[in-house]
Order: sequence, then C-alpha cells, then structure tokens
Amino acid sequence: MPELMQFLLSGVTVGAVYALVALGFTIIYNASDVVNFAQGEFVMLGGMITVFAHMAGLPLPLSALIAVGATAAFGVALNKLAIEPARGAPVVSLIIITIGASIFIRGATQLVFDKQIHRFPAISGDDPIHVLGATILPQSLWIIAGAVAIFIGLWLFFTRTLIGRAVLATSNNRLAAQLVGINTNWIMTLSFAVSAAIGAIAGVLVTPVTMIGYDFGISLALKGFAAAMLGGMGNPKGAFAGGILLGLIEALTAGYISSQYKDAAAFIIILAVLFAMPQGLFGKKSTDRV
Amino acid sequence: MLNVEGLRSRYGRIEVLHGIDLHVDSGEIVTVVGANGAGKTTLLRCLSGIQPVSGGSITFRGEILTEVPAFRRLKRGLAQSPEGRQIFTSLTVEENLRLGAFLYSDERVDRDMEDAFQMFPILREKRNLAAGGLSGGQQQMLAIARALMGRPSCLLLDEPSMGLAPILVQQIFDVVKGLKALSVTVLLVEQNAFGALKIADRGYVMETGQITMEGAAAELIADPRVREAYLGI
Repeated sequence: MPELMQFLLSGVTVGAVYALVALGFTIIYNASDVVNFAQGEFVMLGGMITVFAHMAGLPLPLSALIAVGATAAFGVALNKLAIEPARGAPVVSLIIITIGASIFIRGATQLVFDKQIHRFPAISGDDPIHVLGATILPQSLWIIAGAVAIFIGLWLFFTRTLIGRAVLATSNNRLAAQLVGINTNWIMTLSFAVSAAIGAIAGVLVTPVTMIGYDFGISLALKGFAAAMLGGMGNPKGAFAGGILLGLIEALTAGYISSQYKDAAAFIIILAVLFAMPQGLFGKKSTDRV
Repeated sequence: MLNVEGLRSRYGRIEVLHGIDLHVDSGEIVTVVGANGAGKTTLLRCLSGIQPVSGGSITFRGEILTEVPAFRRLKRGLAQSPEGRQIFTSLTVEENLRLGAFLYSDERVDRDMEDAFQMFPILREKRNLAAGGLSGGQQQMLAIARALMGRPSCLLLDEPSMGLAPILVQQIFDVVKGLKALSVTVLLVEQNAFGALKIADRGYVMETGQITMEGAAAELIADPRVREAYLGI
C-alpha cells in the first residue's frame, strides 16, 4: 500500500510537470492552430535564465521574475520576426518555422550560457514530506500548485473574458475577427507572450527537481505535447488532465512493470486513446453545417 | 457619408476594379447589383479594408479610410456582414453576438443583444448552441445581427440572400429595409437584383469591374436593359 501511494505521488508530480508544459501550448494553439514546437525552449529558457541571473548574484525570486519577463519577450520576438512575416502561409509551414526557431534557441543558449546541467535551490527546501507512508518533495507541491493555478487562470481567461473569446475568434475566423474590430496581430503577439511566460514559469518550477540544461526543452516539449494531445489540444482542462494522466501511467508502469517500459506504456495508451477519440479526452468535436 | 472615387484593386497582376465611383448618403439604402464575378464582393472587401486598394480613395464621414487597417474601421462606424457569413462557427450564438460588440463593454451591449433577439427570435432559442450548427438562413441572421452589435452608422451587406430559401430571402430583405428606422445606412451588394432594387433608394449596376449604370432604384427596375440583363423579364 505505501508502495502504491509512492507511485501515485511521484506520478502526480511528474504529471504536473507535463501539465505545466502542456498548458503552455494552449494559447498559441487557440489563437492560430499552430502547435508551437519551441514551447519546450521557453521552459528551458525560464530555467536557464533564472540559473544565470541567480549566479550573477541576484536573489532567486527576482531572477525568476526576470526569466519569465525575458522569455515572454522572446515569445513576442518569435512572433514578430518569424511567424508574422509568414502570414498567410499554411499552418504546417508555421509549425516548421517553430521547429526551426527551437533549434536556433537551443544553439544560441549553449553559446550564450553553457552546456552544463544546472539547478537552483527549491523554494521550500529539500526535506521530503511524509504522506501515508510515502514521501513527496515540497517542490513537487509547488509544481502541482503552479499547474493548478495556471489551469484555473487559463480556464477563466477563455470562458470569462472578452479577450479570451477574441483569441478563440481569431483562430476560428481571422477575417471575421478583424471585421468585429479585433486587432488580430496584437492577439497573436499577446498569445506568444503569455504562452512563453507560462513555459518559463514551468521551467522555474521544475528546475529544482529535474535540473536544467540547454537541451532539456525537447524532451519536456515532447511529453507536454503528448499530454496536450491526450487531453485534447487547445483545451486547458485537457492539458491538465492529460499531463497528470501521462505522469501516473509512467509512474505505475515504472513501479509495477519496469522503468524501461514507462515511455512505451505511455505512448501505447496515448495511441489507443487517439484511435478511439481523435479529438483527445476533452477535445470538442467540431461539426459545421455549410 | 461614404464616398468612393476612382477605386482600383487587383489580385496579383490582374486588375478587377477599374476605377469605381459611388457614394452613399446618410440614411439611404443603396444597392450594387451585377452578375457573379462583376467585382461586387471585391468592392466591399476594399471598403472594409480586407482587400488592398491599388488606386483611388475611400472617404467615410469626411475621413480618408484608404490607409486605415480593417480592424479600426468598425470603430469609425463602418461594419460589414461579409460574403459567406463568416461567423465564428466554434463559438456559441451568444458569444458571436458579444464579439460583434468587441469594442464595447458598457450596459448598452446587453440592450443591443436584446434588440438582436427581438429582430431574430430564433437566435434567442439557439443562443447557447455552437453557431456552426445553425442553418444557412440562421447563420445569415447571425452575421447581420453580429454586424449590428458593433453599432455601425453604415452597414455593408454582401449577398445576404445567397443560398437561402425564398421565404427567408424575403425575411432578410424586410430586416434590411427595417434598418432605415434604426438610422443605419446600408450598402447592399446583391445578385438578386430585383429583391435588392425593390427595397433600395438608389442602385448601381456593376459589370466586369466597372459601374455601367446608376440611378434611383425605381428607375433601374423599369429600365429595359436592366430588366433584360438582371431581372430575367
């Protein structure tokens, strides 16, 4: 029983990491139908910039704040310099641009910073908390809290605010969005800034647990992407549930079968779900009359 | 109110509008009729700013609009209900209407939405359904209602009767006629020349990117050339 409890706790922790990364995909996807494969780089930048600002002598909270702000600025730059000039290109071309951007960011990071693996201290120390015979790190609770907070924030943004609906309207019909007075370029800039900031927050929260290096973004993005697809792309609820589910599947497979099979088990279940429900667990089925 | 002079526009190297002159005065219903491919939709797209203009000028309430980006034109009072309706299919009917008033967040938004539901009661029934599931006629009503939510002084209507059952066509035309009472000026582009000229004050006939005739709607309906070419009489 304590064994199961331990697997569940570590599963939820890893799952919250995936959920944080998956949530970052939602805004850009909702604004433009683009799956931003540079999202993992935003996570990496959040961690790396915090590390180096902290090493330069700044206090940790200020370093984290600078990292989130700088990463949001990178997101805006990505939109202005790479996505906006390609306006009118098919979504697939835009997705390929984001893959190129992610390779560029990774390369630039190892030149500007370094190729070492870094970490900074956890927010509330490293003493494990005991729960029903199992243990969990305090930082894991911060990660879970961060994922929950961003999930609620995004959910309120898309369902309760006019700007959130304007983001959805922009992706649904950009022409009509302009006709009702929405500055669609500004909506795109906003969505890249917010997505990048969410990625950076994820990076700041996970670094004390997973550590960070210039090439850590890819694997995080891949798992976050898988989680978002599992839950239903573009839906904050789906991103959150997909992340937690993916983490639990991995932890239980690693615990009861073998840790070598954890990725395989996760991807088999994702494939099975997507075969049965191509829209993901929470994705909306779209039916249009013409 | 709306003045268009020598308007030219092109798709790539092919010019489709060869210098259009027209004007719409405050309170009028003016229609532009013509066959498919005459350039009517391009003309409206230029007016709302989603199609680049290669020559000439658009003046609206004394202000030159030619360089104003599309999303700023609604604030100036110019709304468009575009060809093919272009509603937000994945959002609900109510969200579509709310976004029509994207520029505003005062108490008048609720009143305007109530007016829209009065005008088209079916939209009230379907307010919480995804707009993509509406029938063609209902989508057309939503497109007009959404444009009106933006509080326009002038409404550009592109082919509102297209693809609709005859009974709905009449209903839509009645609504357009009723906009006069709401002091909304209308520029109506239609292939259904007879229906459009019947409710309009003045009309223009457009052929291959040029205005070929203009005059009072009643005169145009009576003109033998118009009757032969567009009214099938």
